Amino acid sequence: MYAQMVKSEATQEDPEMLAAFQARIDAGEKIEPKDWMPAGYRKTLIRQIGQHAHSEIVGQLPEGNWITRAPTLERKAILLAKVQDEAGHGLYLYCAAETLGVTRDEMTEMLLDGRMKYSSIFNYPTLTWADMGAVGWLVDGAAIMNQVPLQRTSFGPYSRAMIRVCKEESFHQRQGYAVMMKMAQGTPAQKAMAQNALNRLWFPSLMMFGPSDADSTHSVQSMAWKIKMNTNDELRQKFVDQTVPQAEYLGLTVPDETLNWNAEKGGYDFAEPDWDEFFEVITGNGPCNTERLAARNKAWDDGKWVRDGLLAHAQKRKMRKVAAE
Amino acid sequence: MAAVDQAHLFTFLCRMGDNTLVLGHRVSEWCGHAPVLEEDIALANTALDLIGQTQMWLGLAAKVEGKDRTADDLAMLRDVWDFRNVLLVEQPNGDFGQTIMRQFLFDAWHLAMLTALTKSTNADVAAIAAKSVKEVQYHVERAGDTVIGLGDGTTESHQRMQKALDLLWPYVGEMFVPDPVDDAMAAAGIAPDLTDLRGDYDALVASVLAQATLKTPEGSFAHKGGKSGFQHSEHLGHLLTQMQWLQRAYPGASW
Repeated sequence: MYAQMVKSEATQEDPEMLAAFQARIDAGEKIEPKDWMPAGYRKTLIRQIGQHAHSEIVGQLPEGNWITRAPTLERKAILLAKVQDEAGHGLYLYCAAETLGVTRDEMTEMLLDGRMKYSSIFNYPTLTWADMGAVGWLVDGAAIMNQVPLQRTSFGPYSRAMIRVCKEESFHQRQGYAVMMKMAQGTPAQKAMAQNALNRLWFPSLMMFGPSDADSTHSVQSMAWKIKMNTNDELRQKFVDQTVPQAEYLGLTVPDETLNWNAEKGGYDFAEPDWDEFFEVITGNGPCNTERLAARNKAWDDGKWVRDGLLAHAQKRKMRKVAAE
Repeated sequence: MAAVDQAHLFTFLCRMGDNTLVLGHRVSEWCGHAPVLEEDIALANTALDLIGQTQMWLGLAAKVEGKDRTADDLAMLRDVWDFRNVLLVEQPNGDFGQTIMRQFLFDAWHLAMLTALTKSTNADVAAIAAKSVKEVQYHVERAGDTVIGLGDGTTESHQRMQKALDLLWPYVGEMFVPDPVDDAMAAAGIAPDLTDLRGDYDALVASVLAQATLKTPEGSFAHKGGKSGFQHSEHLGHLLTQMQWLQRAYPGASW
């Protein structure tokens, strides 16, 4: 779930057109970029897809942090492939958003100056190699919960991007779990490292789904438009129900003393994350917000001469071609 | 065809594998910090190819050595003086121009070398080369195009690329200077005579640099000491402190 608390825009358009638009969505039709769409639908999608794309890009940093320290050649190769996939996801998603009339550069500028957000989870540090396992297992696992249903989202380019993304994400989650497995079955130090990673990343992973949205009018509109397919609470419950047995299999302890199987509801009861911490993180006070944005800004600023140089060269070539013709 | 000294063959394979390992590591340092998203993807892709090639070269080196070491042991548990990569690949990334110039200067050699190695009398060497050469053809094309684009871009990009070329040019010569190991490989038909590669290399580099409007530095001075292992730059030790840290801190663990 790389898009959190995406505000849905109120829409004031011709009621007949809105009704016809809604009828298309209800009939399961895909909305394509050139089709008429309510301004609010467009704006909400730009915000949501943009936030998702930015999360993929910023998400390279906590994992990139360990590429140079990966313990074996195979682990290094797998991690490189995974981070490369994430940059690729960012690219598909930016392309999907561009069909709505906003350029990648505009979205990038909005990320860099703080007007657009990325997922709260990437503001947490990756401190040990076990975090590479935990990020794949928990963070990609949580992302998949949201992205699998989004393959059926109403906006065609977003849906198609999600179909490609999901294929790769399930590989990411499996490799994360494989790293955790190796650690959990390893030396006492490795097992402690694995437990430590779970202790730190459990609640931030639950936060990825966003606060309870039972009362949110934004969610109601987004769900009617099939931009959001499930409530945050539904997805969080599903994630916990899937993940707890996996933790047990690893021999690790989920850091929640209240965790308890509730036979009546057919799911676990579990503690809510600290939502005050969540709001601090999304307003800029997470452990790594400053570093993450500084790193992205530095990459963008340092890379300006490269982008300008390549663009100037492309223009020169075009002019030479015209002159030759 | 002379029977080849296995110690020389081991050294040769370590040279191939250490080049790709050290350069792959350097390139991977860019992850998430590239000037544009397409470059993040391309750099990760290049690093991934190089690490994959390392697994093959060092895997074969370990087999030839016959001391129960693995490719990972060679990568993670040797110290600086046992590394056999050329000095060029261990040079720091610098700005993006320096990274891409280093890449191009190495790729052009790598392509010539691998192309020759596809005809090696050693079937394992020929097989690794055949697999790697396809990847490296793409590397050299991409790095060459980028050198041209930035050399012939803006005044600033041109200046930065010229500076990178001037800085790195003295590291080119080492790739072509044969020593007894290279002589033994050439005598056994395992690898080409390095001096034979220089002509094609110079032609390719001259063509790219001309299109990039860059001036080839004068002088033929060449830093040496990497591939012999006699004297690496100070940079390599720092690279190893990162790369080998987990294996050193938790000896014997399986990852």
